[in-house]
Amino acid sequence: MKYADIVHRCFRCGYCKFTGDYTDFNCPAYRKFRFETYSPGGRMWLIRGWLNGEIKNSERFQEILFSCATCANCVEHCVFTFSEDLVNIFIAAREELVAEGLIPPQVRDYLKAIHVNGNPYKLPAAERGKWAAETPVEPYRDQEYLFYVGCVGSYDERAVKMARAVGTLLVKAGLSIGILGEKETCDGNEVRAMGESGLFEQLAEQNIRTFHDMGVKKIITLDPHAYNAFKNDYPPLGGEFEVFHYTQILAPVIGGRRILLKECPLTVTYHDPCYLGRHNKEYEAPRSILKAIPGLELIEMERNGENAFCCGGGGGNFFTDILGKGEESPARLRVREALDTGAGVIAVACPQCAKMLEDAVKSEGLEDRLKVMDIAEIVTGCLS
Amino acid sequence: MTDIVQSLARIVGDAYVSDRPEEAYFYARDPGLMPPHKPDCVVVPKSVEEIQEIVRLAAREKIPVVPMGAGLALTGLVIPLRGGIVIDMKRMNRILKVDEMARHAIVEGGTSQGYLKAYLEKHHPRLRHSIPDSPATATIAANVMIHGQGRLTQQYGFNSDMICGLEVVLASGEVCRIGSGALSPDWFSKGPPLPDLTGLFLGWFGATGIITKIGVKLYPRKKMRDVEIFITDRDSLVPGMVYELTHTEMVEDINIFAQPKPMIFKDNHHITLFYTGDTEEEMEFKRKTIWHSLDRFIRSKDGGFMGVPPAMKSTLLDMPQRSVSRFADVKKGGGFEYSGPIIMVDKYPACARKILELAEKYDLGYSGMARIIGRSHAMMYGFAFTFNRADPDMMERTRQALHEVSVFALEAGGVFWKGTADEQKMAMQKMDPATRGLMGMIKKQMDPHGIMNPGNWEVTEV
Amino acid sequence: MYSLKFDVNVCQTCPTGDCLVKCQYLHLDRDTAVAEMVKIGKGEDSFVLNDCVTCYACEEYCRRGNHPFYLITEQRQEKRILTAPRAITRQWINIGEPQGKYRLGEVNKRALSFGFMPEFLSWVEGRLFEDVMPSYIFGQEFFCNVVYIHFAETNIIKERLPRVIDNFRKLGVREVIFLHDECYGAFAHLAPAYGIEVPFKPIHYYEYLYRRLTELKDLIRPLNIRAAYQRPCSSRLSSDQHHFVRDIMELIGVHLVERTYQDENALCCGGILGMNYGYDLAHEVQQRNIDDMKAHGAEACIFNCPACQSTLERLVAKQGIEPMHMIHLCRKAIGEM
Repeated sequence: MKYADIVHRCFRCGYCKFTGDYTDFNCPAYRKFRFETYSPGGRMWLIRGWLNGEIKNSERFQEILFSCATCANCVEHCVFTFSEDLVNIFIAAREELVAEGLIPPQVRDYLKAIHVNGNPYKLPAAERGKWAAETPVEPYRDQEYLFYVGCVGSYDERAVKMARAVGTLLVKAGLSIGILGEKETCDGNEVRAMGESGLFEQLAEQNIRTFHDMGVKKIITLDPHAYNAFKNDYPPLGGEFEVFHYTQILAPVIGGRRILLKECPLTVTYHDPCYLGRHNKEYEAPRSILKAIPGLELIEMERNGENAFCCGGGGGNFFTDILGKGEESPARLRVREALDTGAGVIAVACPQCAKMLEDAVKSEGLEDRLKVMDIAEIVTGCLS
Repeated sequence: MTDIVQSLARIVGDAYVSDRPEEAYFYARDPGLMPPHKPDCVVVPKSVEEIQEIVRLAAREKIPVVPMGAGLALTGLVIPLRGGIVIDMKRMNRILKVDEMARHAIVEGGTSQGYLKAYLEKHHPRLRHSIPDSPATATIAANVMIHGQGRLTQQYGFNSDMICGLEVVLASGEVCRIGSGALSPDWFSKGPPLPDLTGLFLGWFGATGIITKIGVKLYPRKKMRDVEIFITDRDSLVPGMVYELTHTEMVEDINIFAQPKPMIFKDNHHITLFYTGDTEEEMEFKRKTIWHSLDRFIRSKDGGFMGVPPAMKSTLLDMPQRSVSRFADVKKGGGFEYSGPIIMVDKYPACARKILELAEKYDLGYSGMARIIGRSHAMMYGFAFTFNRADPDMMERTRQALHEVSVFALEAGGVFWKGTADEQKMAMQKMDPATRGLMGMIKKQMDPHGIMNPGNWEVTEV
Repeated sequence: MYSLKFDVNVCQTCPTGDCLVKCQYLHLDRDTAVAEMVKIGKGEDSFVLNDCVTCYACEEYCRRGNHPFYLITEQRQEKRILTAPRAITRQWINIGEPQGKYRLGEVNKRALSFGFMPEFLSWVEGRLFEDVMPSYIFGQEFFCNVVYIHFAETNIIKERLPRVIDNFRKLGVREVIFLHDECYGAFAHLAPAYGIEVPFKPIHYYEYLYRRLTELKDLIRPLNIRAAYQRPCSSRLSSDQHHFVRDIMELIGVHLVERTYQDENALCCGGILGMNYGYDLAHEVQQRNIDDMKAHGAEACIFNCPACQSTLERLVAKQGIEPMHMIHLCRKAIGEM
């Protein structure tokens, strides 16, 4: 296993579980399950025990490994020099399990669906671009930007609304964008995170070929997960593109007043998506958009920025739902935290966060007090 | 055991009990050197009522129970030596009350150091507690239970001196309030003017009862904090320097360290002293007083205040000091254990020489570190060795070095702090037989079935 | 072993005794000054060997090139008269010991030397340095070692400096621009005083900055600030370069306040004074220095030496005076910061 030579270096001190200022436990899996085994330090020690033959692969072991949301809180807060490798270590262990075929059924089903259908919903590729009907978003020909939507944004009922809002707003802002529609396939970020490196490479190479063939140079992503894959994992495979998350494109547009906005008296709290925030250090662009909306009051949650608490959707959990259930699920905890700010809106910049948090609002019975809106939806609602 | 697990599941809920190999593996160990001992199961309760039921069950079934904070004592105190039920306390992490005027907080038995610190900084910025340098996940109750020390120890004693009450679950499952809280709604004292019953629990490592609530004394938190380091090449002078510093009553905390690397630290003894103040004038007055207290050593060239680079200052002022944990990876092996006897300050030179001798004999990476307790009433001297967890030979050499430390410490008149099971035996063997007898009587009365963290303080085995 | 080029007759016939007469700490008359220097030159005891606080200034005050401060240091070493506490001396000797952890850029015939000051690794960027970077040198292997004259340890210098010079020689550099003033002093002043050959041309970074600013003068926007300059002790070994301070300030529109403790009368930052002698002297000197800056309306304090800066920056900032290194000041002048 990759990184096998460093797993013994974990001191199980637990800094990885906390925010940087210790206001709360911040590892979503530990926060939900509360056994040390579900924390990053726990995983490190278990991986070592497994590699040494002291513990065997089991359902529990698989659950522990696949409960990691890859949110990178541990990478951010571990005090040791190997901290940057922590999530990679958990993914490497998952790769071993995938290679042995000993993985939770939900993971197996997800990977199979991607392999067979090109998306986890097992829906036809032909329907991938359907979300764009009745929007001004056009198919990609040779526009300046490819607008890459991703599986969740293309098929999930909630996320599709976000895709429409973002796509429409980008066009309204005068940006030259186009989508691949049915030619689009999965970016592979979750596939890689779940340890299926072979399938990831296949997807990446396919996407890179498609992008090259179509002359794509610049990509705007809806989903921070795709942003992460294109920015960090595609270049070593030959995919060098200029990659932006849509908030990074919108920020100068809004800040430069290229779109006119009306007074919008909303109290909003912003939830940093892990793959935009901690993984790629983009904390400012989404906030600058919100701050530029007249009348909007931005209130930060206690855990924000590099200390943001993951919605629990990353690392494949959006699909496998290992973290999803119960009052102590990360999404429900996050919604309660948002409620404490007094805000009426949770602003998101990720379709997976949108869905996770919206479901959590419903589970908490807070639909009349808290709305989940993506940044583009908020801006759209405030157009002059 | 399956029946027991099912009973526990009825108490805490299915999700919070496990007898799985994964939990057994992890909870059988701590980051120190003690060999693993597997628990039969692990539970994560949420309330004192759940703990009571767990203990009653354990008492009925004669199953050991081992309460656990974050497991960072490093001396195996949360490793279930006789199996049984490990009670992971960390779900009970609420801060129940902070009384600003009386300067105390009441927290649950699993509340972490970092959590209380963050809470106070946000809600009561004029108050602080005596935070140790163990990682922020360490729990307050466990630290008090082992007579830990922290940033305010030089001023106010052990962290266990800085409490104002306890709630404990006894081996029978009954719950008890200890201190003024036993008959008053106010937790202002851990004992006086009543007989101080905290002695029945503190220092016993859970062998007489489980702390479910703790009243923590809080102290003034000043707006500014700074650090100076006074260095000397002569270990024999350190006690005298510490005496002068403690005389000023201006210092917050005094830590002393000596280690071979990095190069800036080689060959010298570093007396790190912290001071706090609300104004620039207060800070400068304290700094001046502190510096002047060591004038004779400066004049004789026996010591001087080193320049502290900004990056080092920021590391030292961190609370808890994260660099302490990083010592574990010096050998790229995640391992760190220390024997930290409590001992008279005038033994510093002997201790400093001993660690050098042992580091050389056993070829180990080391740091000799001391924290002053009270006004030089005593010190904790930590013989700390770092090891590579993937190197069994290095681990064995570290064990041997630590054993020699234990022998030395007793001979030098020290008393083991958070002693391993072996050190506890050594201590009891050396102890006044009457004292040992008293401990035995207390243990027997408090835990007639021997279920409370067995293997610890077992007088009968001496 | 190298020996100091010193002639006791030069002191004997000195009309002024300026080295010790001008000393800001000893306050001697001419006759006493000459007499004590002669004693020291002859290897006899003198109170000067105990009372000198190692500010280096007499190296500048002596206009006869007879190296009074180096001599004092030699005799202190000889007589085992300590300046610093033993532990401080030991610490500094340990810090300077080569560890094999040096860093080299793409070194060619012309290079920037960062000495052993890690600050320069992040400070040196931008257009000012683009004609030399990435040709840079950093590490203990290239550390000038002059600082040990504060600790009366000339033996260390004589032992290490030739090896350092050899390390430079092996790089094949012909011209080295020293970003630490003391490094320049080592190769331009101390080495010759000991007859140690230097196989490259040392350039002071002020000379370099002045030339670069002149080349980039179209980018300069006058800063229009009133600044005090904190002259480091090592600048006494490079007093021929001191004029560049005013030259640079004039070029970039900084008004150098005319204060009491400047130029030949400059005061030490107090860092070494504190380490060696305790609270009172360092505090008094620092207080006087900063009060002087404030009294003359300084808005900023410009530092040459990173060590001075780390000693004084918080203290000056508390008085509302912005601390800034010369490099940052120059970068600011061309709109980079």
